[in-house]
Amino acid sequence: MSSNQSVCEHGLTWFKALARSEGVLAGGPRSVRVADAALGGEQARFIAVVPDAHNRFARARCGEVGLDEAWALAVHVRHAIAADRGARRPIVAIVDVASQAYGRQEELLGIHLACAAAADAYASARLAGHPVIALLVGQAMSGAFLAHGYQANRILALESPQVMVHAMGKQAAARVTRRSVAELEQLGARFAPMAYDIGSYAKLGLLHKLIQGVNADAPRPADVERVRAELLAAIADTRAGASDLTSRLTSATAHTTRAASIEVRRRLAEQWDAA
Amino acid sequence: MNIAVAPDYRRFLARSSFIEMAARERARAILDCGSFRELLGPFDRIKSPWLPMQGIVAQADDGVVLARGTLDGQPALVAAIESAYQGGSMGEVSGAKIAGALELALKDCENGRPILPLLLLETGGVRLQEANLGLAAIAEIHAAIIALRRHVPVVGVIAGTVGCFGGMSMAAALCSRLIVTRQARLGMNGPEVIEQEAGIAELDASDRALIWSLIGGEQRHAVGMADQLLEDDAAAIAAAVRAAFALGLPQLERSAQAERFVARLARIDPQLSLDGEALRRLWHGAPT
Repeated sequence: MSSNQSVCEHGLTWFKALARSEGVLAGGPRSVRVADAALGGEQARFIAVVPDAHNRFARARCGEVGLDEAWALAVHVRHAIAADRGARRPIVAIVDVASQAYGRQEELLGIHLACAAAADAYASARLAGHPVIALLVGQAMSGAFLAHGYQANRILALESPQVMVHAMGKQAAARVTRRSVAELEQLGARFAPMAYDIGSYAKLGLLHKLIQGVNADAPRPADVERVRAELLAAIADTRAGASDLTSRLTSATAHTTRAASIEVRRRLAEQWDAA
Repeated sequence: MNIAVAPDYRRFLARSSFIEMAARERARAILDCGSFRELLGPFDRIKSPWLPMQGIVAQADDGVVLARGTLDGQPALVAAIESAYQGGSMGEVSGAKIAGALELALKDCENGRPILPLLLLETGGVRLQEANLGLAAIAEIHAAIIALRRHVPVVGVIAGTVGCFGGMSMAAALCSRLIVTRQARLGMNGPEVIEQEAGIAELDASDRALIWSLIGGEQRHAVGMADQLLEDDAAAIAAAVRAAFALGLPQLERSAQAERFVARLARIDPQLSLDGEALRRLWHGAPT
């Protein structure tokens, strides 16, 4: 996708601002940044997938989640799970991922399994008691978001035109559905689930909080402090609640937009045990 | 006629094709005879609220058949995706049916009432007409599989001919054990999407032999991304499902074997365009 080059820079910007580090790890791909840094009174693990123009896989140079990236995510999340016996450190996934890597080698070598391994690691961390928070600072697309962020206890997003969530990049979705980008945008304006913008996503009941009034492109110190405070609030909320994803079904917006998701579960429960 | 081939030929004729069955028949074919009880069936009329708004007729089961029943007498849950409806795509309702059923199975397991969860996967992934709600439902399916796997193995079957793609390919990869046929395909991005996004030089989606050599059931089995390769035979698949559950929990789930696959990837030179055969040779006997 041609739009990739101009974006996916927000991940590194926010990683550096929050983790106060470059986060390049010896032996790991430069495209996955990891650092433990102070957040409130404890250490939190910050993780971002960022563009690397020299990535050994050509189709993962623009901030995509490729094979090396997805497996590295799994490794770094699992290291945190293995290292913490008592207090479980929060894990913050900083999300700006344009897509999973599309390519022949990626398929052959099992990008589906690599992305599953990353999702597995985040979900396992959540179930083990690590507060897992996804912070959307750019694109959160499709399989890339499923691998990096969607298993979080709480999802936070910056309100910015760069912040988008969708099942497929806009240009690709237009080609696959044989619609123009303009037509897709019109559909998105009518049906919130089809829209790309974070304001529409916030109506689905999946987002814990839309953080408004923050400069997503070039955060000022006050913006960073504001986001830190929101992360701390989300961590506290997580620790006070369940380790599963039920909070995505209990919000006021979920009751409106995800009414069918709730109704399916209600009626399934009624029928579960034979009369 | 060569007498020596006759037994194979009879066995072939006696075989009942699983691939040709619709989702409901597939679920019936696997569960113990007479034990099939459908949940949220067509008469419950829980349909997609989003398709009619876009001028598309909504099917009364949204393309997912849920059934409780038994496997060798043990309580079981089958979620079967109907590929003939919207390509087996995951919308809000179809996704919630699978996620919700797995969540209830988890609750039973936590309450000391184990139930065997089986996924019959035949899907292109997210239903683009329901986009973000489909994607969210798939994340919930992943979450439920991962939580449930701590109690009972989750078994998946990909028979073909649609295969299993998109976010649901991750669901397949999360299964404790995966059964495939030669007709199955398992991949993240569909070949058509790769051709469109990366160009025909990257992948020619019309080259069926090439596609199957990369992501077909036989290849996935040969490189350790599927556990069992079977012929298209309903009885054989039903038996393999029982055998997969009988093995109990794996020592380490495939999707948790990060060190093993990182080591395997380290042996890959992306400059050399590997084919399926070469990958089998490279990974054959790889440290496990």
